This record gives sequence, structure tokens and C-alpha cells, in this order.
Amino acid sequence: MPDPDITAKGLLSLNILNFARLLRRAGLPVGPADMLAAQEAMTRIDIGSRIQVRTALRATMVHRHEHQELFDQAFVLYWRARENNEVLEIMDKLAGPKPPPERAPPGSRRLAEALAAQKERPTPPEEAQEEIDAVLTVSDRERLQSMDFEAMSAAEIANAKREIARLHLPLDERRTRRRRSDLTGPTFDLRATIRGSLRSGGEIVEIARTRRVTRPPPLVVLCDISGSMARYAQILLHFLHAVANDRDRVHTFLFGTRLSNITRQLRHRDPEVAFQLVSQIVPDWSGGTRIGEALAAFNQQWSRRVLGQGAVVLLVTDGLDRDGAAGLSENMERLHKSCSRLVWLNPLLRWDGFEPKSQGIRAMLPHVDEFRTVHNLASLRALVASLSAPPDLRAMDRWRLAA
Amino acid sequence: MMVPATVADTAALLEEGGYVADMALATTVHLAMVMDRPLFLEGEPGTGKTEIAKVLASGLKRRLVRLQCYDGLDLAAAAYEWDHARQLMAIRLAEATGGTDRVALSSDIYSREFLQARPLLSAIDPDLPPAVLLIDELDRADEPFEAFLLELLADFQITVPEYGTIHAKTKPVVVLTSNRTREVHDAIRRRCLYHWVDYPDAKRERLILARKAPYVQPKLAAEIVAFVQKLRGQDLFKLPGVAESIDWAGALTHLNQAELSPGAVDETLGVLLKYQDDIAKIKGAEAARLVTEAKAAAAD
Repeated sequence: MPDPDITAKGLLSLNILNFARLLRRAGLPVGPADMLAAQEAMTRIDIGSRIQVRTALRATMVHRHEHQELFDQAFVLYWRARENNEVLEIMDKLAGPKPPPERAPPGSRRLAEALAAQKERPTPPEEAQEEIDAVLTVSDRERLQSMDFEAMSAAEIANAKREIARLHLPLDERRTRRRRSDLTGPTFDLRATIRGSLRSGGEIVEIARTRRVTRPPPLVVLCDISGSMARYAQILLHFLHAVANDRDRVHTFLFGTRLSNITRQLRHRDPEVAFQLVSQIVPDWSGGTRIGEALAAFNQQWSRRVLGQGAVVLLVTDGLDRDGAAGLSENMERLHKSCSRLVWLNPLLRWDGFEPKSQGIRAMLPHVDEFRTVHNLASLRALVASLSAPPDLRAMDRWRLAA
Repeated sequence: MMVPATVADTAALLEEGGYVADMALATTVHLAMVMDRPLFLEGEPGTGKTEIAKVLASGLKRRLVRLQCYDGLDLAAAAYEWDHARQLMAIRLAEATGGTDRVALSSDIYSREFLQARPLLSAIDPDLPPAVLLIDELDRADEPFEAFLLELLADFQITVPEYGTIHAKTKPVVVLTSNRTREVHDAIRRRCLYHWVDYPDAKRERLILARKAPYVQPKLAAEIVAFVQKLRGQDLFKLPGVAESIDWAGALTHLNQAELSPGAVDETLGVLLKYQDDIAKIKGAEAARLVTEAKAAAAD
């Protein structure tokens, strides 16, 4: 409770403190440094002006455009409550204990594993040979399919990491304009050479050389999670999480009837926390598919923000569209023209005599650079193998002809 | 010139420079200057982000140091570079005169005279007058460059390993802009004051047009603004910015149009819309409808 004769300044900082807590409860990342900045900003403006106060708080506490809307709502709410002297009630509510989490906190399975089952478990064959490994993959798959969506054992996580290390996507060796020192590199590094020469009193003994750095381009994954893809959802999410944590510049989107950006959620290193966060924000799990609409939304809202710097797009879908391919061709064309390479991964093709009959597939095929198929999307290994294989240009021509 | 004392003074300074800012923008700009924080402006292309830095430089009577970002921008192009040729000459000279004192030679060839300043170093150079530093389209540079900016933005200093740390005597006003072709890292955002530069409302856009295109008749200007405002409500791939409105006003004036007419709009739509899909969508009936609506709105 604030002291009645607290100074005006103290009251203001208390208000900022409370407001920041409100923002944090609403999910905005407001740190102590932001609050200090906000306090300082308050001393530099006319605090009688509501718009100046709002802007000052916004400029110091909000760092992303998408948080602005939430901030504005919180501001209105907080200051209306302040004028009606309801702040204390709101803050009392905020100060109360947080509602207990509905499910066991993520990681508990692994914790329990680590604590209890340590001794009974047979030690996993660490140096497994290729054949043994393949057998393991099959049994792992069966467990995955019967398993609760979020739960994953430490061994499975380690396995996923191993598989992802083998992933090699098209255009992965993109030359950048940066250089690093390399004894056998093709170009001279004058700066390092001169620095080295000083050791021998100005005599150039050794010439430093550099080589261009190559790095993979940004990767944008658009993944279908509609009903027809539901059986692959587990393995795909597994894959997406491993990729997002393995390389930088990965943006991940899920779509069914609408598009959700799950990049931030997947960034969480712990897959269980990540999957829980994802399932909270994705509303259209295992529903219908509107590929055209989802791609239109992507083109409109995201393509310019994430497809810069020669991004490669990986589109994972079976191409079965509920809307009868409405707007699909146009939006595929736009997507194709905005990225440097568009790879379509189709998990539904399980036999070689497949004909692209569905309208959706026929609308999409002309606009992809590479069409890759997974005949049995049961393991991460099959997925990685399909994506890492060199492109089969003759097969691509066949598909185009058939479409 | 000193930094303005109040938000109203900052607004007046922008106004003098021909920049029509709303209260929120003026407040943020003011805070950036008095709190010595970099100002991070994000927004669609053509909403006047770069212009703010230019106006601030002329208003504060400071030199404008501009760094246009691009993929592969490195230290040598952005901050400083050693003059290797002259360093080699100096080493030769030292050899010829028999000076082989290694410590002396090292401090000789790594002295300030061999250090070539690029925009970032120039902006904090204590020997030069105060500056406004514009780091334009930061989203075009790659991530390694962002990491280098952190030291500059937090402490207004640059560390040259062979030479030492160079501090700014007067902290520069730093303006960063981004068109969001890539998400700028949170570490950069944290150090800055953030402002999203939105499209202006009709009233402010009319003021901007009156400032930037004074030769346009008021009636035509009002109709142009009403039309562009309506256009921004349409489902388009790329909405026209303020820069496009100004261009369009110029184009219509050159074609001797006193008011909007569907024919002239169709012919000049390429000034406003830059994607064929968008033009195809608006051209013809839709444009005619928008013209009628815009005329009604402008007459109010």
C-alpha cells in the first residue's frame, strides 16, 4: 500500500512499476532496464499530457510493432482504473498467487527419468552400427506414434539432434562477403600481415591469407498441419524444432485453415516447452486446409519480412486443398518469385506410379524449383535423407509434364 | 545548437524543417535526444523515416553522417580501415633510417594518421563537430554487422584493437531505420527507443502535401489525399506511402489535371502502385468507384 504522503515522484514511479507488472502479466517482455528508461523519460516530458506519457512509456517499454496493440490496450485499462481509484484492486489481483499450472511442468518426464529410472534402464548402445541403428529407428517410430504429443525422452532428443546434423539443404553453401583467416586461402590479408611483420621488426616473414565465409541462407518452413497431415504432425514438429535450434535464421509457420508463426515458440531449447507453447497458439490443429489462403496471408504479411537475403522456402504439404485450389496458383507464383529457391516436400507419395491428379497439386507444381517426396515419413532420418539428396532434375521434368 | 528543452520545441524544430510530425513521433524524437538514446524507426517504405534524420541534422545545425546498409557491409566500409599502403611505406622508411625499435615502430604505424575514418567512426570523432548519425535500412545489413553496432549504440565508442577506444566528445543523435525486410535482433532494439512510423491520417497527409508539393491546387490535393487514404484500405500487396502521394501529386500536376478523373487515375496508377497485381485489381471500375468516393470525402 502506498503511503498517503508519498511524494508525487514516488507515486509516479510506483505507477510505472505497477504498469510494468501489468505488461509483464500480459506477456510483454519488460525488463528492469526498460523501467529505468521509462522513469527517466517521465522526467523529460510534460507528464500532464496523456499522449506524451503514453508515447514515452511506449518508446521505452515496447520494442516490437506487434506488441504495440497490447501496450495501448493495457495503457487505457491501467489509466482508466487509476482515475477510478481501482488500481489497488487490480494490483491486488495481480499480486495474488499465480493460478496453478494445469499440466505438469514440461521437463518433468525427463526429470523423473533422470531421478528414478536411471539404474533400471539398460545403457543405450552408444556406438551403434548402422544396421542396429536402423532397427532402432523403427521401434522409436512406434513409440512416437503412441506417445503423448509433448513428452519426449532425453534419448529421443539426442537422437533428433544427431539426425539433424546430417541435414544438407539446397544452396547451403551460400558465399557471403565476409572473410576469415585461412592459411591456404586465395586472398591476402594486409592488416594481419602488417601486424605480424611488427614481431620481426617490420620484416614481412609470413603473408596472412583469407578465404570467403560460406553460410546457409535463411530458411523459411511452411508446414501443413491439416487433418490429412495429422499423422505426420509429431515427426514434423520434431523436425522443425531440431532445425530451428540447429541453425540460425530459421522462420517457421504452420498452416491449416489459417497461418501461425511459431518461430519464437520453437526457439525454446526445450522441445517440450516449445511444443506446449506451439499447441497453445495454433488454433487449427488437424482441421481443413486452405493452402491458397494461407499462402496469401504469408505473402501479404510475412514474405517481405522473412524472405530477404536469398531465403530458401521449404513447403511441407500434401497439396490436398479444401477450397478446390482457389487462388493457389497465383499465390504459389508470388511465393516462388520472392524467394531464391522453393522446395516442396510431399509426404503423401508412397508409390512411384503416383499421378498429380488433385487440383491443388496441379496448381502448385509449375511453381516449385524442387519437388521432393518422402515415401514413408515415419522417421526423422527419412525426412533428412529426402531433403539432403541431390535434386533429381529428370524426375522434376516428369512431374511438370504430368501436372 | 543545443538540444530542444521540451517536446513542443522538438515539434517546432521538425516543423521548421518541413517535417509534419504527430505528437507521438515528436515525443519519441525528443526523448531520444535528451536521453542520449538511439532512435529506432520502423515502418513501411515511403513513410518518411530517413527524412527525420535529415531534418534533425539541419534543425540542430549538425553534420549528417549517413551509412547506407547493404548485405556484406563490414568494418572496413562502415567504421574504419588502416591505410595499409602508407603503413608499409612507413615500415620501409624505418628500415632505411635504421630504426628497428619494435615498440616505437608499432606505435608509429598504428597512430591516428594511418586510421581512415568511415561513417561510424566519423560520427563519434572527438575532433569533428557534433553529428547526426543515420544508419539507414539496417535490415539490409547482415547479422554480424548488427553485433558490431552494439558497442557503438550503447556507449558511443568504437574500439580499434591496435589503437584503443575512441569515445565521442558530444554524443551523436543516432537514427536507425528499417523497412522490416528482416527482423532486427532484440539486442539492438533493447538499446534504442522504438517508434513505428505509420501512414499519416488524412489531415496530416494534406499538411505534408501542402509542404512538399506546394504547387498542387488545394482541391486536387484534398482529392489525392482522400483517394490514397481509400486505397490504403484496400487489400493490396504494397500500399502506397506518403512518398508515392507526393510523386502522384506531381505527376497529375504535370498532366494539367485540376481534379481527379478516372481516366487520368488509370493512366498514372503506376506512380502509386508498384505491383502489376495491385494495378490490375484497382484499374478501371474500382478506380472509378474510389474516385467518386474520394471526391465526396474531399468535399466534406
